[in-house]
Amino acid sequence: MILASQVWTQIFWTSVIAGGLLAGVPLMFTALGEAISERAGVLNIGLEGMMLAGAYCGFLGAYYGGNQWVGYLAGIGAGILASLIMVALCVWLGLDQIVVGIAITLAGEGITSVLYQARFSAEQPRLGNLDSNPIPLLDRIPVLGKAINGQTPLFDQPLIVYLGLTFAFVLAWVFRRTNVGLNLRAAGEKPEALDAAGVSVVATRSYAVLATGSLAGLGGAYLAIAGTGGFQPFLTQGQGFMAIVIAMLARGRPIRVVVFSLMFGIALSLSTVLQLAGIELAPEVVNMLPFAAVILALILFARRAYLPPALALAYVRGAR
Amino acid sequence: MTETTTTTTATGRASVAALPRRPARSLRAERILDVIIRSIVPVVLALVAGGVLLLALGRNPLTFYGNIWTGGVAAGAWQNSAIRMAPFLLIAAGLTLIFRANIWNLGYNGQFLLAAALVSGYAPGLTNHVPAWLAFALLFLLAGAAGAIWTIVPAVLKARYGTNEIITTLMMSFIGVDLASLLIKGPFHDPTTPLPQTAVIPLDKMLPPIPGTRIHIGLLIAFAAIFVVHYMLTRTSWGLRLQIVGANPRAARHFGINLPRLILTSFLASGFLVGLAATADIVGLWGYIRTGWDPAYGDTIIPFVFLARLNALAVVPFIAFFSVLSTGGDLAAQQAGLPTDVLYVLVGLILLFMTVIEYLGRRRELGQSYLPQGLRQALHLRRAVA
Repeated sequence: MILASQVWTQIFWTSVIAGGLLAGVPLMFTALGEAISERAGVLNIGLEGMMLAGAYCGFLGAYYGGNQWVGYLAGIGAGILASLIMVALCVWLGLDQIVVGIAITLAGEGITSVLYQARFSAEQPRLGNLDSNPIPLLDRIPVLGKAINGQTPLFDQPLIVYLGLTFAFVLAWVFRRTNVGLNLRAAGEKPEALDAAGVSVVATRSYAVLATGSLAGLGGAYLAIAGTGGFQPFLTQGQGFMAIVIAMLARGRPIRVVVFSLMFGIALSLSTVLQLAGIELAPEVVNMLPFAAVILALILFARRAYLPPALALAYVRGAR
Repeated sequence: MTETTTTTTATGRASVAALPRRPARSLRAERILDVIIRSIVPVVLALVAGGVLLLALGRNPLTFYGNIWTGGVAAGAWQNSAIRMAPFLLIAAGLTLIFRANIWNLGYNGQFLLAAALVSGYAPGLTNHVPAWLAFALLFLLAGAAGAIWTIVPAVLKARYGTNEIITTLMMSFIGVDLASLLIKGPFHDPTTPLPQTAVIPLDKMLPPIPGTRIHIGLLIAFAAIFVVHYMLTRTSWGLRLQIVGANPRAARHFGINLPRLILTSFLASGFLVGLAATADIVGLWGYIRTGWDPAYGDTIIPFVFLARLNALAVVPFIAFFSVLSTGGDLAAQQAGLPTDVLYVLVGLILLFMTVIEYLGRRRELGQSYLPQGLRQALHLRRAVA
């Protein structure tokens, strides 16, 4: 068969992994953030807006600062600023998380598009390619480590990707083994108990939402700096919502978030990869595959996607 | 969480407020004032904040808002705004209905586009072969059915297993958008053009205008839908049950309400209305659909549904306002050299200010909110009894 001979080549698998990482890492950062706030009981529908804020400011930082790290920091800063709105309105004042989230998404979409087109619409500047940092020895492994045709797989990535993967493991450890993680989980499971234990629910949730904002901002910044090499209005194309889906499917477990993000990333990049392999498949079909798979799994296995009981409910001391 | 516990354990201020101390007229005046404050102030604040943003970008906000008036109201432009109102109103009706039950149908984009693709695909042939009125009726039914069918999976999953409908509707929406694009490229592609679009419906086969105007009769259908939804919500037992579910699902089960059936019917009705919007928009205004066209009407309509306090009739003036804003906004943004996305900023700001005003209103006990108790809790601060 023609198909088989074209698919089972090293270059095909290298590009699958490379493309999956490139598209999956922004999702991973953002979904890890959502996992934190979801576990703490705050549903962050504003993720899309926070990602876009991070993407635009990350682009600005990298463009004017001339350095990817300035960009990432700017993206994190923008994400934190956007999430401050959510902290103030949803955590402190206890307003509805879904309404405020939609507002943040709308405002984020609008303001980044307007600012970009007001300033850059004529020139549409591009950022340079990122240098990757191959890990010695590991980068000689075929498929996983060896770059082919400029496709850089797992062990030949920019430093920020390694940092992100490490962070996921750290986060898993924090959730499972530390007091901070216990507090976060309690804030989502039974905030009253956390309050009774003498820990402030509001403070716990505030930090969780700020962490979410910074990670979403970082995800957006990575998307702009490494993913597309520039900013475009509506750059994220629903990835913020995808991250929410990923965090919910992973039930807030960081390692599963990483796995699901990379799977979604591979699906997102699959149409170009398949084209390289000479297989014509409508991009729409490939795009809808991960969602269709999830829906099918939900129908077939029909188990409850577990969500913290106090999710999306504001905590008011003494309220019944 | 009943009224009685609230009044017995509430602090003095709340129980005093519950006593009929003032004459009815002053209460009524206060209530009208309350409506104005809660509905108009967020809009005004958002326009002011948007003006500051425009100033920061070096544009004159007065010119910008003046151009919105010119492009959206003045000299017959109001008819363009009215044409845009039809799909907006239908989507607003669908969202109002399901949000009342405290169920989040966030899959409106997929429902709308799928219905739009089907309508654009079948309309050119259908309008040629059957009488116009029958074709229109069939197209509205087709679109409504498509929108409704696209809600079945989230509805059944929620009804049977309690699966969170926010993720399922969003996922179905992504699938629906892609499927619509496949339909347009595939079976519905117009063979006479290389562009990925459907055959154009001839002008004389489109929805006829209301006599004396350029506005197509889709607007009348939209108004009819609004009245039907309002009637259903306020005058039928189904509407009452819907609101009980929205206020407190656990209490609803104790009342003996068939919760799964209600979830399913409200989802179907919501999807149906969103689907109707597609027919009004395609057969009334555009005449064809091209891939990549996703106006995402619902995203910008949601804030106004909330602003109307989930009241189907109160939605009308807000949607009228937004139609003017978006119609005139096109001209204003073009004149100012900005993308039309500046409207997203305004709408997002309106929503943010609305939640803040609502919060302040609750704090100052400005008066009764129109929402049922449970919905108020879902939307706003959970009432602190202590």
